[in-house]
Parts: sequence; C-alpha cells; structure tokens
Amino acid sequence: MSAVTAEHDHDEHHDHGPEKGFLRWIVTTNHKDIGTLYLFFALAMFFVGGTMALIIRAELFEPGMQFVTPQFFNSMTTMHALVMVFGAVMPAFVGFANWLIPMMIGAPDMALPRMNNMSFWMLVAGVMMLASTLFMEGGAPASGWTLYPPLVLQTGAALPFAIFSVHLLGISSIMGAINIIATIFNMRAPKMTLMKMPLFVWTWLITAFLLIAIMPVFAGAVTMLLTDRFFDTSFFDAAGGGDPVLYQHIFWFFGHPEVYVMILPTFGIASTIIPVFARKALFGYSSMVYATAAIAFLSFIVWAHHMFTVGMPLSGELYFMYATMLIAIPTGVKIFNWTATMWRGSMTFETPMLFSIAFVVLFTLGGFTGLMMALAPIDFQYHDTYFIVAHFHYTLVPASVFILMAGGYFWLPKWTGNMYDERLGQLHFWLSAVSVNILFFPQHFLGLAGMPRRIPDYAVQFSDWNMVSSIGAFIFGFSQLMFVYIVVKTIKGGTGEKVTDEVWEGAAQHSLEWTLPSPVPYHTFATPPENIPTEHY
Amino acid sequence: MKTKQLFAGLVLTALSLGTAQADYTLNLMEGVTSISRDIYGLHMLVLWVCVFIGIGVFGAMFYSIYFHRKSRGYKAANFHESAKVEIIWTIIPTVILVLLAIPATRVMIEMDDVSESEMTIKVTGWQWKWEYEYLGTGVHFFSSLDEASNKARQLNSGIDPRTVPNYLLEVDKPLVVPINTKIRFLFTAADVIHSWWVPDLGWKKDTIPGFINEAWTSVDTAGTYRGQCTELCGKDHGFMPIVVIAMEKPDYEKWVVEQQGLAVVKADAATKEWSSEDLIAQGEKVYANNCASCHMPDGSGLAGTFPAITASAVVTGDLNAQVDLMLNGKGMMPAFGQMLDPADFAAVSTFIRNGLGNSVGDAIQPSEVKALQAAIPEIVYDDDDE
Repeated sequence: MSAVTAEHDHDEHHDHGPEKGFLRWIVTTNHKDIGTLYLFFALAMFFVGGTMALIIRAELFEPGMQFVTPQFFNSMTTMHALVMVFGAVMPAFVGFANWLIPMMIGAPDMALPRMNNMSFWMLVAGVMMLASTLFMEGGAPASGWTLYPPLVLQTGAALPFAIFSVHLLGISSIMGAINIIATIFNMRAPKMTLMKMPLFVWTWLITAFLLIAIMPVFAGAVTMLLTDRFFDTSFFDAAGGGDPVLYQHIFWFFGHPEVYVMILPTFGIASTIIPVFARKALFGYSSMVYATAAIAFLSFIVWAHHMFTVGMPLSGELYFMYATMLIAIPTGVKIFNWTATMWRGSMTFETPMLFSIAFVVLFTLGGFTGLMMALAPIDFQYHDTYFIVAHFHYTLVPASVFILMAGGYFWLPKWTGNMYDERLGQLHFWLSAVSVNILFFPQHFLGLAGMPRRIPDYAVQFSDWNMVSSIGAFIFGFSQLMFVYIVVKTIKGGTGEKVTDEVWEGAAQHSLEWTLPSPVPYHTFATPPENIPTEHY
Repeated sequence: MKTKQLFAGLVLTALSLGTAQADYTLNLMEGVTSISRDIYGLHMLVLWVCVFIGIGVFGAMFYSIYFHRKSRGYKAANFHESAKVEIIWTIIPTVILVLLAIPATRVMIEMDDVSESEMTIKVTGWQWKWEYEYLGTGVHFFSSLDEASNKARQLNSGIDPRTVPNYLLEVDKPLVVPINTKIRFLFTAADVIHSWWVPDLGWKKDTIPGFINEAWTSVDTAGTYRGQCTELCGKDHGFMPIVVIAMEKPDYEKWVVEQQGLAVVKADAATKEWSSEDLIAQGEKVYANNCASCHMPDGSGLAGTFPAITASAVVTGDLNAQVDLMLNGKGMMPAFGQMLDPADFAAVSTFIRNGLGNSVGDAIQPSEVKALQAAIPEIVYDDDDE
C-alpha cells in the first residue's frame, strides 16, 4: 500500500483526478485514459474490420456472385486487412502498453504524455481518412493490403488518401514507439533492472524498435507510389527503367517485421498470464528474452519468403529459405518454455488462461504451416492460396486476437475493481475457440486443393469447405458481441463482487500492477516502489 | 436446396472430416511431372514432421493440463529454468531443420534448371486473359474464360454454377502441349502482375510487366489440367483460368499444323471485304468476350470506373479517334491493338458504333485495321537465358 500513502503525501495542487466531462477524453495525457481510448478504438475497429470479413465470407458462402461486385469484394479484402492491422490489432497492443508498462515498471506515467495524446488522435485521423475512401469515386483501394504496383496505380480518387493515411498511421506508430522506449529506459523503479522487467515490457521494448525501423520504410514505399502516379516518376514502372518487384522488396522489408509487431506483444501477454494461473514462475525467463530478440532480428532478413515466385535467382531462393527456417528455432523455444511453465504447475482455468492455452496450441498450428511454406519448392504450390490465408489467420486470430481477449479478461478486474462474469467469459471462450477452427481450418484444405486467395467466386469443387468456413465466420463474428457485453457489464459493476488488490491468487508475486489497489487510482507510483516482485530473474 | 446445403455444411462441420460429399480434396495433388511429385513428397515429409512434433508438444501440454491442476490438489513445483533442456530443445529442432533443408535444396535446384528445353512457350498475362505464343512455330492466341462460366458468374445471373461444366475453370482456347517434352515457359505481363498456376505442374510463376521470368515442365501423362491466376490483378482476377491439354507428341504435331492453317484463314479474313451486318454480328461476340466485363453487357459501363459505351462521345464521334483509343489503350483501358486480330477488331469497332443503343452508321474494314496495327511497334522480347 506504499503507493497509496505516497499519493496522499503528494503535493496538494498537483494531485487531482481526471478532467470533468467529455473533454477529459480529448485532452487527457494520463496513460490510463489514453490506454482506455486506444482499447475502445481498437475494439470498435475490430468490429468494422470484422463486418468486412463477414461480407467476404457471405459472398464466398456459395459459388456464383450473390451480393457484391468483384471490385467491391477486392476493396473489402484490402480494407479488412488494413483496418484489422492498423486500426485494431496494433492499437489494441498500444492500449495495453499504455495501461501496463508504467505500472509494471513502477513509473507514474509514460515519459512523453502529451505526445502520447497526439499519437492516439493521429491514429484516429489516419484510420478515418482510410475509411473515407470507401465513399470515394472508384471505391476504396482494391489491390490488397500490400498495395502492389502497377495494380494499385489503377485505384481511383482513393489512392492519395490511402497513401496519406499510411503516413499518418506511420507517424502515430513511431511516436508511440519512441514514447515506449523513452519510458522503459528512463522511468523504471530503482530495483527494476532490465532483466527483471516483466516479459510484456520486454516484448514491447523490442517491438518499439521494430516499429521505428520499419514504419519509415513503408512510408517511403507508398510515397514512391504517390510520385509514380502523380509526378511522372518511374520507380516501379519498367517502361521508365523502374521495377515493380522493387516495391515488393521494400514492402516486405516493412511487412515481415510488421507481422512480428503484432505477435511479439502477444508473446509478452501470454508469458505474463500463463505463470499466474500455473502458480509457477515463467520457465526460462532469460531464454524468452533472447528468443524474442532473435525473432526480431531474423524478421529483418527473411522478407523475400513472401516473394518466392517473383523469379528470384536460385541463390536468393535458397538464402531466404534457410533464413526463414531459422525462425522456427526461437519460436520453438518459446512454445517449449510455455509448456514447461505449465508442467507440474497447479493450474486453474479461468477465462484468461483458457484463451492463453488456446493461443499456445493454435499459434503452434500456424507455426507448423509457417515451417511448411518456408520450404521454397513447396511454397511454389502454397503461395497465394487459401493455405496461406489459413496460415496467417491462425497466427493472428487465435493468437493475437485471443491474447488480446485474454489480456482484457485478465486486467479488467484490476482496472475497474469489478469482476467480470466468469460463466459468460467461459462461454465466450468456447464459442470463439470452436468457431475459429470451423472458420479457418477448412481453408487449409481449400488452399491445398487449389483455391487461390482474393477471388470473389470459385469453382464448384471448393463449395463445401467454403460453406463450412463461412458458417464458422458468422458464429465467430457474432460471438464477439458477447465480449462487448461482458466488458460493459464489468465496467458497470460486474458481478457485484469486489476484487482484491491481487485479483488472481499470487499475482502480486509476478508483477507490480497487482500490488496497487483495485480499481487502480488515477495516479499511481508517484514515487517509485521500494520492492519489486522477484518471481523471475 | 439452400437449407439442405446448410445442413450438409453443418454435418460436415460436426464430423470435422465428414465423408466425401462431392469431389473435393483435402490434400495437395501429386501432379503429373517429376517436379510436382518431388514437391508432393516434400510436402508430406514436412507435414509428418509437424504431426510428430505436434503430438509431442501437445501431448505434454494436455498431460500437464489434465494432471497438474489445482482442482486435483496438485502442488506447484518450483523449477523455472534449466540450461540443459534449453540447449536440448534448441539443438533437436536445428537438426530437424537441416534434414528438411537438404531435400528442399535439391528440388529447388532442379526446378531452377531450364537448360536443354525442347520447346519454348511465351505466356503473357493481360487483364484478364492469357496470351500464348509458341516460339518458332507461328502459333499464337489468347485464352480467356469460356462463355458459359462468364454468363453464370455475373452478379445475380440466376444461373446455378453447379450446372456449368468446369465452372470458372474452362477457357475458350486451351494451351496444348506435348507430353514427355521439356518445355520452357517465358512469363511476362502487359499491364499488371499476374501469376500463372497449374497445380498439377507443381508450381506457379509471377508474370511481371517489363520483365521475363522462366520455368519449365515436362508432363508425363496425357490429360487436361486446370489452374488459375494467383496474383491479385484487378476486378476479374478470379476469372482468368488456365487450361492445359497435354497430348501425345504426334497429336500435338497435328494440332500445330491445324493452328497454322487457322492463322492463314484469319489472315485471309483480314484482307477480304466484310458487309456491315457480318461485322456487327461478329462484333457482338467479340464484345461479349472482351469488353462486357468492364463496359457491361449492355454498354452502360460502371460509373466512376468504366465509361459507358452507349451514347459515349468517343464511340459516336470520329471513327479514327475511336479506333486509335482501342488500338493504344488509355489508363485502365488495355491496348487492344495487339490483342485482337484485324477482323475481330474491325467487327467490334463497327458493333459498338452501331449497337448498344448507338447508331452512327459507319463501319471499318479489317484491311484498314491491319494497316493501322502494322504501324504499332511490336514489343521485342529478349529471349536469352539470364
């Protein structure tokens, strides 16, 4: 309770609560408020992107074109990906970072609170600008989220807006990343050495460096598209001495680390939750840190495995195949470590733990298909089929999204002081876990049987599994409304049962935020904590 | 019907791997070339490796989930690191990866070796059709989605795709190849990037405007093999299938001679005088196959993206300006100068001026188009090895 006492000792005129009224949410510089804004925005975008996915799955329910034109279908696949990546998953993890990093390292707030506010509102502006393209002449971008030229240059009025929104999103991400790095390096409690930081903090530190390295690359690539289209340059036009494949190299130099931006914080949250419910310290803490760093490093040198079929020389194919296979090693270490953490623990299975276990199992499946497509010769079959779609959705939906849900259930009681409805939470979990497999598992079969991705209609032999997949999609999509209901209910008082400061048995031995009162006060750790949990070192 | 399918879908889901209802497959096809079989072998090898690792990892995890739970009164142990096991589970995967990399490298090297090919076919991707050119034989044609599929795939066409044979996997003119012959393919594109994939051949290759890619195959069983474009190339990306017919060498030779004969007939058609009625009748077919997907079957276009033909200032204006636009293209409008032969070009040009609600009243003869086409500089591709 030292934090609370410290707050009472605090300078009177500085120790105030949140601004009154609606303005609080516009001008706030409080890391908890901004975290909440990020999380709600991400949740809203999760439903926007999800609606687009359901439009896609509705059209693919049966062969033949029933609901949308092919052009609009392509806009949907493009916008679904962009909204989910830049509007939902990334902001959700930034939300968790905002809420948790200061509390986990014993800091009063983020290092740069005003910039924190700015990066959130710039994100909103960027996503809104992107969404506005849906209503423009010629429709939203329809070239896939990779925005490959020359196709993307055929976009109508939407092209410059899409490009500028990428710029805004990039600036927002970079500011967020700088803030996280500045906070972690400068604001840790005295005893919080780097190798005593919770894994979530570690994974975000590494992710922040990835973001700073890659977002300018993407911004550069789309700026070259802009000048190719409007200022007569020929970066990607062979007729003017350029090369369309050059864009792909630049894009994937950004794009591959980008997918790790979405998965490394996932690893961090999983590594935080599993030990709590196993009642046992995380197995191999330092190897987890090194594995994360190794994955981040490898992510920069494997990009062309997205491009095995563009006609690279043999030596290029072999190099990118070998480098990609190496990723399996640190990733394997992580999965083995989580398993060893559970091994001989004393486990209970509350909703956060259920989502985390499902993550470990289903992410491993996504990892297996990843290993398969790392082998360049077989990728000549898998590439750009539904097998790929199944692979990356397994690494994003039952992985990143499940862990975001797990994190929500795990920390919501701490944040609100109220317990969520465990029975509903478990129902939400089982509905999600079953339907996500009905949704994505058949897509492996479709891809292997020869169905290309990004097609609005298909040959009739693909009908059955598409129908199954669509049914799974609708169950999964509507199940997520339960999450909204549970969250709102918890904020409004939950089950009525007041939670303890620790919330989960023994959690205070794992991380600092559980030593604070529940609900957490508006300002915490005005003075750094004396002692830090020592479960891991 | 729909509820029945829905029910079937649910049953399949419930059984997870239900009995086969239709002729869908669950696994990669073995294909009809030595490379495709090597790839299939690699695929099965790595699949089994994953299955065994999965059994190990998930087995341990579920054992632990079952036995090491608090509700069974299990007391948590206190270990949290072991350099020994960390080293073990770093080294074992490394060894497995090396063992996988060896055969993968061998197959990759073999796929890359296009030397000693007996013939070469140049494939050009267009929005949204394929162009095939048998180098050195004069055989050259375009291949696009067949009419039956094309009708059925229109929004709310009312045609059940299940009644269309080989729905979306049939073309008007298939690629014909001889079996047991090492064929080199050269790939390029005219507009955006496409990708040429026939699963039975074992690979796909991107076709990139301004660049030449190459790949090879040697089919060992006669038959018909179907595939599709696999790189998103615009709105009709899902509607540019590939059909390869592999036949015995003598049959193939006969086919080539036939095609050469057809080329002569076409050349004749370009020189003879056509009546307006013949041009319009032929032009209607050409329009359906080449223009209707963007400008719509009734010529109404798509506001904001594809201009209408009906009452278009260009179509009803100066004949030369209209022909020029069709020859050279503009923005998203492809250059049809190289895509249509003179007779088809003249026919469709005459058709749009006198059909779809327009009635300009003039016509253009194939011979005039031929002269205009001759003036377009042909793109010369360097067909050397890199």
